[in-house]
Amino acid sequence: MAMKLPFFRRLQVASVSQPLNVVVQAEDFDVSVLQAQLLQGKAAEGAVATFTGYVRSSNANRNVHCLELEHYPGMTERSVLAILEECGQRWPVLSAGVMHRVGKLKPGDQIVWVGVSSSHREASFAACEFIMDYLKTRAPFWKKELGPEGDHWVDARKSDNERAERWQQQQ
Amino acid sequence: MLRVLFFGRFREELGCAELELVLDESSADLDSLQSKLVEEWGDKWSQVLMQNNVIRAVNQAVANENLSLFDGDEIAFFPPVTGG
Repeated sequence: MAMKLPFFRRLQVASVSQPLNVVVQAEDFDVSVLQAQLLQGKAAEGAVATFTGYVRSSNANRNVHCLELEHYPGMTERSVLAILEECGQRWPVLSAGVMHRVGKLKPGDQIVWVGVSSSHREASFAACEFIMDYLKTRAPFWKKELGPEGDHWVDARKSDNERAERWQQQQ
Repeated sequence: MLRVLFFGRFREELGCAELELVLDESSADLDSLQSKLVEEWGDKWSQVLMQNNVIRAVNQAVANENLSLFDGDEIAFFPPVTGG
């Protein structure tokens, strides 16, 4: 009993108080700083999976000189946090974070970062992918591409919706 | 008062990011508010808000069904999201 109790208690703590962090900003970010914040000195916990998205130089056969990212302040943070909370209910996540940039970005710029810390790689990989899939279909961001052929609001992709729906079937 | 927000392509096509409306019978719920904007505000508004992919949010949560509106509510209309 004395051996089992601390383990049991730690699982409980992890499930109710996972540090979840959402930042939306115009400024660039440093992935090593974000990963250190995610771990909070607890690398011995096991595993971190991260995803970094960059602005493409062409999209759907259109050249992109620059991208403008608009969002819904307040709702964006709320909806991303809700995604992280759902992720924390599905997997034994120790901590999770999302950084998303807004404003004017150039091809090759970092646009989004997702990080998930867990005790095992399976949960880290799955949770990271889940967050990205939901982020693309639920968080109120809109991309506008500026290129040689003019300005163009990016259309939502059916394949992104299908990827997100996959997780609902697996529930 | 109701605060009504528009984002992305909708904001640009309407030339309007935000407006304030007095809450009355014609805007007592989300469907009524949308109909009011479509019917009374001109062609541009009906073209944008009659599309079949309009997403509506009330107080920063997506509303998949009609909802009653209350004084001070924040309503938003926007196209499908494209972040990430």
